[in-house]
Amino acid sequence: MNVNFTVSPSFPTERITDWYIFNTWLQRALSMSIHLELYDDFGSQRKAILEGQVDMIYANPFDASLLVRERNFQAIAGPESGDEMVVFTAAEKPFQSITDLRPGVRLSCTDDPSVNTVGRILLEPADIDPADIVTLPTDTYIQVARMVLRDNADIGFMPVDAFEALSGIIRRDLHVLVTSQLHVIHHSFLIGPALLDSREKIAELLVTLHETEKGGSLLAGLGCNRWRRLEHEDVELMIDIISTLTQ
Amino acid sequence: MNDVSSSGVVEKGREYVMHYFDGTSRRVCVTDIETNFPHGKLIVSRTDTAGVITMGNQSFVDMSGYEAHELIGQPHSILRHPDMPAAAFRDLWETVRAGNQWHGYVKNLRKDGGYYWVYATVVPNVREGRVVGYTSVRREPSRQQVLAAETLYRSMNGS
Ligand SMILES: Cc1cc2nc3c(=O)[nH]c(=O)nc-3n(C[C@H](O)[C@H](O)[C@H](O)COP(=O)(O)O)c2cc1C
Repeated sequence: MNVNFTVSPSFPTERITDWYIFNTWLQRALSMSIHLELYDDFGSQRKAILEGQVDMIYANPFDASLLVRERNFQAIAGPESGDEMVVFTAAEKPFQSITDLRPGVRLSCTDDPSVNTVGRILLEPADIDPADIVTLPTDTYIQVARMVLRDNADIGFMPVDAFEALSGIIRRDLHVLVTSQLHVIHHSFLIGPALLDSREKIAELLVTLHETEKGGSLLAGLGCNRWRRLEHEDVELMIDIISTLTQ
Repeated sequence: MNDVSSSGVVEKGREYVMHYFDGTSRRVCVTDIETNFPHGKLIVSRTDTAGVITMGNQSFVDMSGYEAHELIGQPHSILRHPDMPAAAFRDLWETVRAGNQWHGYVKNLRKDGGYYWVYATVVPNVREGRVVGYTSVRREPSRQQVLAAETLYRSMNGS
């Protein structure tokens, strides 16, 4: 069988090559023909999911909700730590904390549903009506940083790993207002109904990957230390938690 | 649930006897010391269908002032503050028992007699079509909303 694999488009673009390298390794290890398709944005990926063109995915937490609850995907593994994000401003701005923000605040962000939902929750202590937040969407995290540095936006949203991947020179001129420490929301490896027979085999490969040097360097390329096994209930709980954040 | 003795209380507080929905009661000590919600975090706990705590994350344990083992297996009302009107929790239970999400501002009582405010959402955990328990996720409320809730709850308590 030919397996279609994808990765939710929330990882830093420098990691694209590492995902192809990982895919080559996975094909060999599983003796399966696996096609990696990386979508440019969440919209086109979601369309592919709905059209049944995805059998295996390293999914953003919000995509996991759709895939597990509506398309019978199963979670097999996930990173050790959660997906965290930062809300930042330019260092020269007067804002010291979230509660210094005022209605009319200009927000630069990408279309990552997970980062954007968590970011909006972290803005809630400022008591700004969502209609009074001016959202300026951009395509990449580098552009989010630029918008803030050039004063085209007051604040930006970014995953922590994307923020840490910015150059020191850029980061020096930014000021983090808050970093999420939710711990309970994370990416997950999901397999679709067509792969359920290989569930154990794939899960075992992923959770032991860090044990070899080669595996360790594959993981490092993807920004992880190791993957841990996920049980179905782990992801069900995460989905329940996400449902409280999206209302 | 055990009485909270004044020995664990930081400042001399007011004593209350709390009467719970299940007919039990206990003595608690209440002070005016607020603990601020930890920025960037969520406080998460789960209960069985009867409201007995089955799991809590680290922020839940830290904010409560109890040890994890003192919370697991206890009714969730262990955190009930005397300033919270009973009607708020009646509404909570009616809403989640009907299969819906409940949202509200809640003032919780810490073991040391202090308090903390949260914006809480409670959801039923539906597994294979059956409700197996409930999860509550709390996030940091704005000061303005806390003040509004304080005023509302005071009027509901008739003082
Ligand atoms: C998942 C879940 C979380 C709850 N969290 C709290 C809480 O943090 N504080 C609280 O006072 N009551 C909480 N409650 C409500 C309690 O079960 C209880 O109804 C309330 O404390 C009032 O006590 P009483 O019903 O004994 O009068 C929660 C209920 C559920 C189902």
